[in-house]
Amino acid sequence: MKLEILGSGCANCDKLEALTREVIAELGIADAEIGHVTDYAEIMRYGVMSTPALAIDGKVVLTGKVPSKADLTTIVTSALA
Amino acid sequence: MSTDAVTSAGRTGGAPSLASADETAAAREPDATAQTTPSPASTPAIPACACDTAAGHGAAAGRGSPGGSGRASRWAARVPLWLWLALAVGAWGVAWHWLAPFIDWLAYDVLRLGDGRFGSAVAFFIYDVPKVMLLLVAVVFGVGILRSFFSPERTRHLLAGRRELVGNVMASGLGIATPFCTCSAIPLFLGFVEAGVPLGVTFSFLIAAPMINEVALVLLAGLFGWQVAALYVGTGLFIAITAGWIVGRLGMERYIQDWVRDIRMGESASEEKLDWNGRVRYALQAVRDIVGKVWLYVVLGIAVGAAIHGYVPENFMAGIMGESAWWSVPAGVLMGVPMYSNAAGIIPIVEALLEKGAALGTVLAFMMAVIGLSLPEIIILRKVLRWQLIAVFVGVVAAGILGVGYLFNLVL
Repeated sequence: MKLEILGSGCANCDKLEALTREVIAELGIADAEIGHVTDYAEIMRYGVMSTPALAIDGKVVLTGKVPSKADLTTIVTSALA
Repeated sequence: MSTDAVTSAGRTGGAPSLASADETAAAREPDATAQTTPSPASTPAIPACACDTAAGHGAAAGRGSPGGSGRASRWAARVPLWLWLALAVGAWGVAWHWLAPFIDWLAYDVLRLGDGRFGSAVAFFIYDVPKVMLLLVAVVFGVGILRSFFSPERTRHLLAGRRELVGNVMASGLGIATPFCTCSAIPLFLGFVEAGVPLGVTFSFLIAAPMINEVALVLLAGLFGWQVAALYVGTGLFIAITAGWIVGRLGMERYIQDWVRDIRMGESASEEKLDWNGRVRYALQAVRDIVGKVWLYVVLGIAVGAAIHGYVPENFMAGIMGESAWWSVPAGVLMGVPMYSNAAGIIPIVEALLEKGAALGTVLAFMMAVIGLSLPEIIILRKVLRWQLIAVFVGVVAAGILGVGYLFNLVL
């Protein structure tokens, strides 16, 4: 699966990326590819107006906040299903 | 003068940055920039912005709630949320009611604080900290509930195709109700422009959103009464509406950075409908985030306020910041623009200044300049706006704040 953090390098965006890596590692997902989209034009193409956001396989699943670890785990696992 | 600083700061912000240079981002960058115009769109360095808020709740905030997870859900499963809420409201009411007598008892019977400088400073501190905290929790929760009805996407939809004036008024009001954080100013701006929201209307939103702050509103109401709080909201709206309208009238669309025009926005993820449980959870999350973030500033701000209260002689400020000193309003605004503090921290200082004889208009102008016009936001906006437009934006808003300051000094 492909996970993309959408956000232009603000503190919260980096936090979200770190948290995502943590969750992926804990879930033991091997084929995860994590990217960080900082280009605004690209971010807008996802229809996102508040950062940080997270897209899984091209679909936006989270906008405008750094979720709790438990919430992020729920989001990632339900995207896997 | 300030524009020079802005341009150079903007440039440093735009310089190739080390921030978040992890391999994947670096690997992505070339193809992303190749698709669009060169640099400015992809500058990763963003100055620290104080995002108080758990901004969005769009795509997925509600997602975690039904199942929830961990301890919180096992807890909530046993006792219905409304019961917790009722208990919390009750406890809050009791605490609020008994606060003054309790602190009096604590200060004068237990700690035996005298009337001296130290005593009155400490009394000020131990009275204001719990009072401000109680107010803060209540207001942030209430605003959290209100915000759960709004999102940037919805606001964009509401504002698209609005004419000026009506649009300016709506945008200013929505600026209060929509979750907003300086970090998201760019995507929000891009989304508005792309949806055809007029530039002036967009500015009304961008001015109102940070300037009319729920934390400031409640603290003003609690510490100085509803009249002052209403003045603050009323004048804030007035500035946002007129400044936005003026920017629109000036027809400065050509001073938007070129790459902005090429932005095409994708379909927004569909928003999940929140039920009342979800709204309450959203508001509770906001309380956790915001109070967790600002409590230290509040305590520090109150400590400064207490020191001024105890140690600065009565009417000391009257000469410097009183009504007779005409230059104090512009001085307050000039000082306030580069300063950046969240609203919660600035209010206790405001309180102490007022008490020592500073004029209300001067103090309000200073406060609005601090929270309404901030250097980080200006630097961020530099990526989408040319400096001419930034200068007009800062100038018009500063002029509005000046006008409000003089008006209050005259009227009150």
